[in-house]
Amino acid sequence: MSYLLEQVLNGLSYGLVLSLIAAGFAIVFTSTGVLNFAHGSVLLLGAYLVAVLHDSIGFWPAVLVGMLGSALAGVLINAVLVRNLADKKPDTAAILMLGVDIVLLTELTRRIGNQVLTLGAPWGASVVRLGDVSLPTGRVLAAGVTIVAFAGLWYLFSRTDLGVGMRAAAADGPTASLMGIRLSRTAATGWALAGVLAAVAGIFLTSFPAPGVAPTVALSAFAAIPAWVLGGFDSVPGAVIGGLVIGLTSALVTGYEAELEPFLGRGFGEVAPYVVMIVVLLVRPSGLLGSKEAVRV
Amino acid sequence: MSELPRRIAGLVLLLVALALPFVLTDFWLQTGLFVMATAIGAVGLTLLVGVAGQLSLGHAAFAAIGAYVFAFTTGESTTSVEGLGLPPVLGLLLAALVSAGVGAAFSPVAGRLRGIYLGLATLGLVFVVRHLLVVLDQYTGGFVGRSVEPFAVGGFSFSNRDPDYLAVAGVEFEGLHRLWYLFLLLVVVAVWLASNLRAGRTGRAWANVRDSETAAAAMGIGVAGVKRSAFVVSSGYAGVAGAMLALAYGRVAPDVFSLTASVDYLVMIVLGGLGSVAGAVVGAVFVTSLPLVLAQYSSSLPFLASPGSGGLDPSTASRIVYGLAIIAVLVFLRGGLAGGARRLRHRLSPTPSTPTQPAVDRPVAGDPSRSKETTR
Repeated sequence: MSYLLEQVLNGLSYGLVLSLIAAGFAIVFTSTGVLNFAHGSVLLLGAYLVAVLHDSIGFWPAVLVGMLGSALAGVLINAVLVRNLADKKPDTAAILMLGVDIVLLTELTRRIGNQVLTLGAPWGASVVRLGDVSLPTGRVLAAGVTIVAFAGLWYLFSRTDLGVGMRAAAADGPTASLMGIRLSRTAATGWALAGVLAAVAGIFLTSFPAPGVAPTVALSAFAAIPAWVLGGFDSVPGAVIGGLVIGLTSALVTGYEAELEPFLGRGFGEVAPYVVMIVVLLVRPSGLLGSKEAVRV
Repeated sequence: MSELPRRIAGLVLLLVALALPFVLTDFWLQTGLFVMATAIGAVGLTLLVGVAGQLSLGHAAFAAIGAYVFAFTTGESTTSVEGLGLPPVLGLLLAALVSAGVGAAFSPVAGRLRGIYLGLATLGLVFVVRHLLVVLDQYTGGFVGRSVEPFAVGGFSFSNRDPDYLAVAGVEFEGLHRLWYLFLLLVVVAVWLASNLRAGRTGRAWANVRDSETAAAAMGIGVAGVKRSAFVVSSGYAGVAGAMLALAYGRVAPDVFSLTASVDYLVMIVLGGLGSVAGAVVGAVFVTSLPLVLAQYSSSLPFLASPGSGGLDPSTASRIVYGLAIIAVLVFLRGGLAGGARRLRHRLSPTPSTPTQPAVDRPVAGDPSRSKETTR
């Protein structure tokens, strides 16, 4: 029983980290309509900055630099590339982001090389015990920080002028623009927010129980895509639900791999999120909480 | 601009391609085989993404299905893997048909989704297919893959044996030379078929769905069916491309058909210009040969270091180059290389002429602005 509980708690805390990444996808998508394939490398950039800088300036300042660096990368990608696309369509923007991802990821991979950089997180490899269940401190902290982050996002989107402006811009850009909302500003805020969330997720994904910063971490953003799609393309609460579902699914499938192996095969845990995503797209093409596209003839 | 210069250019290119095996070294022949295989895949993808407007990140998954179907149906059973031992021609046909069939099986998703939504669903497909390739090791050979029987028609083998020695005009024709002509034939057929599909009724329906599903439906086009057909055709192309890759490598392994390979196909068609068949071929030449050529000549290029020494190694350099190439083309060159070439022709010709294929080309000037409801 405690094994099951441990798997569930592990899955939920991993799911919360995924939902941070998924929320980044959703925010970029609603504020600029871009499917951000470079999200993974932005995440890796944040973690890389922390890993490189923590020795010289200390862990917490390095975290700050990592978050700012990721945010700045997002804002620059939007301002320099996305806004200057020759052919402004969602598909073209998605392919552009693939190009950005290739360049950024290749450069970071080259810098990291074959080594695994340690993050120098102060919580190290310590473990929190709850009764007979033990969880890595990093995971518990990740859950706490994620919940605080989503509370902050809720406050931003419902109580501040900037957040309400972003929602208005997402709902109807031209009208929002006529009402005096600067679309360039809401777009930049969206990309910056996504960058900060990605950096935070990157820090938790590369500290214990993960070995450290390696190029494969960028792939974890791809693991968050099912979470984003599941929740709905334009919904931040949906991202939370999607993240939790995907986190639970992969933790349980991996945890009970021995029992599932005869009919699903080894390593199904990596594939399970995508299977869930395809099934959801089949039943609800706009996700669980996403707004349906209205097509009028 | 009439059709004639274009035809002459195509004919000249074909003659050059026919003559190349007489002068090229084995390295260049091998590169050419990979280029031709990926070119067919890219042509299939440009029909789907460029003409029909459906983003697909799962092209490598269909190529993988084609490659493994070919390897399984033509291979002999050994202690580790099973095979059917069918004739290779039948295997190639089955590779195309099974890939297209899987595309059709995926069509409940493909028919309902569009644009980036379909792109995400097909992203899942890459991971699912890769998982199956590793798990079904009885047929696929698992992680290490399995070897592929050489192509043969009626006792004539496209390998170094059967007949042992074959020479044309003093040049010995080995497996690479023989495969070159087989691949060239397949490329010509594929390009010809794609151009006709694109210019004909089917292609016009695809382009119409791309520009506005609502308008297409109002004109009596069954939107879901048209999207499905684009998906099936493109999957079939990918299946052939996969089988050709299997032949060119002589082996199949899951790593050849990763997400990176899917992205590479997208890069090819974007560089060449979305929707342009010739552009897809040019893109394939660039994307496929760049890393191979850089790796081959890395010792003589001053800015490249040998792999593992920490400097800029060839594969890193080629990835950065084509990452930057995508960005540059999308930001500066509307319509990719094909779009750039089209504008250049218009500028050079003294009397501006009408586009030859108005229904399929991107809307140029004077098309009415569309209302918000129909373009979302």
